[in-house]
Amino acid sequence: MSTVPTELWPFLVLVLVGFMPNEIWRAFGLVLARGLNEDSEIVVWSRGVATAILAGVIAKLIVFSSGALAAIPLPIRIGAAVVGFSAFLLMRRSVFAGVVAGEAALLAGTLLFGR
Amino acid sequence: MSSLLTFASSARAFLSGVKAALTSVFVLVLAGTYLGIGALAHDAGLASGWLALSTILVWAAPAQVILISTLSTGAPLFEIALAVTLSAVRLFPMVVALMPMLRSPRTRLHDLLLPTHFTSVSMWVESLRLLPSIKHEWRIPFCNGLSAGYMGTALTFGFVGFYLAAGLPPLLAGSLLFLTPMSFLISTARNARMMVDKLGLVFGLALGPILTAQHVELDLMWTGAVGGTAAYLMHRAREAIR
Repeated sequence: MSTVPTELWPFLVLVLVGFMPNEIWRAFGLVLARGLNEDSEIVVWSRGVATAILAGVIAKLIVFSSGALAAIPLPIRIGAAVVGFSAFLLMRRSVFAGVVAGEAALLAGTLLFGR
Repeated sequence: MSSLLTFASSARAFLSGVKAALTSVFVLVLAGTYLGIGALAHDAGLASGWLALSTILVWAAPAQVILISTLSTGAPLFEIALAVTLSAVRLFPMVVALMPMLRSPRTRLHDLLLPTHFTSVSMWVESLRLLPSIKHEWRIPFCNGLSAGYMGTALTFGFVGFYLAAGLPPLLAGSLLFLTPMSFLISTARNARMMVDKLGLVFGLALGPILTAQHVELDLMWTGAVGGTAAYLMHRAREAIR
């Protein structure tokens, strides 16, 4: 890979491991528009796998935070996520209410107990 | 059939789609999501131009979050590609469901390329709601306008998040970075209709940090394979009992 200038490398990575593995499913959908239905076994299983991977990424962003978020103590980050999720469940499953409550809890927790 | 919405030109249909996008609730969701992704990309040391290109090319927030967060931890490229492709499987049934609404006897394959690329949760939900009231020949430009409105919103707020993360005091920068996991946790829970989605969410939340703390190689792949398969089997077992 010595022929690729270092500043172009992130863009090449974006196309190879971001764009292509993502776009292939849209292309399949277009070509096989009458293929599988939403309830077929392989689609249900892949939903479970995809949801678990995304959930794993979410939990890692909260537990093993980087940058400015890492400066906020772990119990406050987890507590804020719990507050936000509870607010979402209590406020008629409103995404907006949950996110606002979680962010408010993070700020309040840090100002009261942080650092 | 005469009551279906019609337009004077393709440009009018496109603009009507843009307007429908900017006045829908998804604009708020996208703004919040891409503010967070912008901050995440800044934190990962990526350029703002890279972020914009990833929004245009990938156009799927979960895949972008996976891509950005794994790139910054130096995960092997094939593991990143695998995680991205598994997160994108859901796009397949969406395209399959959308195409019959856009296609008419006179539609050529290349007319469907843009709507196919634009397919994402927000565009898909709104298209399925709005397209049935529009005359067939105007559906593709309307759909492209709708998507352009959403993508423009995402690009704008991605830049805003990126540069806010650079200039904000630490506490506010931290809360901006918190936006991504918080909004994804809640929107994933909200989209979880079936047992398999709910269990996948719970297992993934537990397994992700545990496997990382144990320094397991390819932790995301195992989180998906073990958590997702367990969720699927329990989902099936429950269906069988019923």
